[in-house]
Amino acid sequence: MARFSIVREGVEVYRFSWISTVLAPLAALYVQASVPRVFPFFTVFDLPLMVTIFFSLARRNKIAGTVTGAGIGLLQDALTQLPLGLFGIAKTVIGYAASSIGAKVDVDQPYTRILLVFGFYLIHRLVLQLVRSLVQMPMELSWAYELGAALANALAAIVVFWMLDKVKIRK
Amino acid sequence: MENFFSRYRNEWILVGVLFVQVIALATQVRVAEGRAEGAASGSTPLIRVWVVGMFAPFQRMAASAGSGIRHAWSHYFYLRNVQEENQALKQEQDRLRLEMIRLQQDAEQGRRLQSLLQFREQFISRTLAAQVIGSSGTDFSKVIYVDRGSRDGVRAGMAVITPDGVVGKISRADNSVSQVMLISDPQSGAGVLLDRLRVNGVLKGTASGYPEMHYVMSDEKIEVGDRIVTTGGDRVFPKGLLIGTVQAFAPDKDRFPFYSIRIKPAVNLSRLEEVLIITGLAERETNSAGTADPTSRRAADLLSQKLPGVKPKETIDKKGDTATAAGDDTSESVPEGVDTAPPPPDPLPKTKSAPQQKNGEARPR
Repeated sequence: MARFSIVREGVEVYRFSWISTVLAPLAALYVQASVPRVFPFFTVFDLPLMVTIFFSLARRNKIAGTVTGAGIGLLQDALTQLPLGLFGIAKTVIGYAASSIGAKVDVDQPYTRILLVFGFYLIHRLVLQLVRSLVQMPMELSWAYELGAALANALAAIVVFWMLDKVKIRK
Repeated sequence: MENFFSRYRNEWILVGVLFVQVIALATQVRVAEGRAEGAASGSTPLIRVWVVGMFAPFQRMAASAGSGIRHAWSHYFYLRNVQEENQALKQEQDRLRLEMIRLQQDAEQGRRLQSLLQFREQFISRTLAAQVIGSSGTDFSKVIYVDRGSRDGVRAGMAVITPDGVVGKISRADNSVSQVMLISDPQSGAGVLLDRLRVNGVLKGTASGYPEMHYVMSDEKIEVGDRIVTTGGDRVFPKGLLIGTVQAFAPDKDRFPFYSIRIKPAVNLSRLEEVLIITGLAERETNSAGTADPTSRRAADLLSQKLPGVKPKETIDKKGDTATAAGDDTSESVPEGVDTAPPPPDPLPKTKSAPQQKNGEARPR
C-alpha cells in the first residue's frame, strides 16, 4: 500500500507508514464530523479532501491516488444520509488528478499547494454537482460562496499539509 | 491489445473504480414522485454502521468532556452579571405568570370546543433526552448524530424536538447511535400550517439551510414573523409544535400561483447540544369535561407551557419540596388539572438539564 514507483526523475516521491495511511484520513473524517457541532462554520472546510490531495500529490502514483480518493470519499459518504458514492466518485477524480499533477510539478512549495487546493476544491464541487444531478439531487451552487470556500480551504491546507509533512518518509 | 491495456492501465483503473461506484450509486437511489430518495429509508449499508460505530465512542467522550467543561465554567466561574440577570428574570417571571393564566384560559376554552366537536388529538406520551455527538460534517447533508439508538427504543421516523421547537426526525437508528435528519435538509418534509391564518402547507428543506413552506396561495395575507407550526397530519410530528417564523416570502417560480415562504427555524439547528426524541404518541378524544388525559398532554400545550412552571405561592408553600421535585429532572408529561391544580412544572426540560436525565424515559407505558 505504501510503496509506489518513482514516476519521474528529479521529483521527490514519498511513502507513508501504514499507520499514518490509515489514521490520517480517519482523523480528518472524525474532526470533520465533530467540530461543526461546536463551530458550525467549520463545514466550509473539507479536511478529507485536503488529505486526499496531500496523499495523492506526495505519492505521485495514479492508482494509489485513485484508490485513496475512493476510500476516503466512501467513508465520508457513510457519515451522511445520502447514497454511498457521491463523495466517493468526486474524490476518486480528485485523487487521480492530484497524483497526475504531482508526477509533473514540484508540489512542495506553499504557493503551489495553495493554487492546487484552490483548483481541486472547485473541481471537487463541480464533480459533486454533476454526480448529484445524475441521481436527481442537484444542489444550489453560489459561486461567491464556492470561491470563498475554495480560498479558505487553500489557506487551511497550508497548516494541514504542514502537519502531514511530518509523516512523510522520503523514498 | 495487451499493449493497449498496459499502456493505459492507470486510466482503466480510474474508469473501473468510477464505474463500480456509479453502479453502486444507481442501485441505492430510488426515484419516487420525481424526486430522488437516499438509501436511508431502506436497510442500512454495513459501511454506514461501521463508520458511525467507529466514531461514536470518541464523539460521545468529546461531547461529554466539552459539556462538563462548559458546565463548570458557566456554573462556577463565569458568574458576571448574574445578579442583574436574576432581577430581569424575576420581572420576566411576573409577566409570564400573568400570560400563563391567560393561556390556560384560552387552552381550556379550546378544549371545551374540541370536546363539542369530538376531536381526536395527539399527545406526546413519552420522550427521551439525547445528546448531540456529531454531524455529517458537510453542508450537503443536514444530519446530526445523537447518543441514543435502537437499544433505547429509538426507531426511524420518530420526531426530534427541543423546548424551542422542531429539530427533525430520526432517519436511521443504529444500536447506540441515531441519525437525525434536520428540517433544513433538502430531503426532509413535514405538514405545517401558518398559525395566525390557519393555512396549511408543506415544509421542505433546502440546500441553503433555510426550510421553506410551499403550497400556500399567493392571495393569503402573510406577514413576516408569522408563526408556523406542525399540523400533525404527517403522522411524524404531533400537532402544534413550533417550526419557526416567516422570514420572507415571494411568488413561487415553479408553482404558480403559490407562495414560497422562507422560514427562520425556531431552533438554532447549527448549535444543538441536547434534544428530545418523541418515543411515544397517544391519540385520544377529549373528554366531555373538557379536560385532557391526566397522563398525557397536547403537544401544543407542552410548548405553550415552556413558560416557567410557576406555581401560586400558597401551593408552593404547602407542597414544599414535592412541587420542586416534580419538575426537577424528568422530561415526562405530568398530570394536568385544568380547573383546580396549579400550573404544572415545565414538561419539556431545558436543554441544559438533559444530561442529568439521560437514562430516564419520560413515562413508562
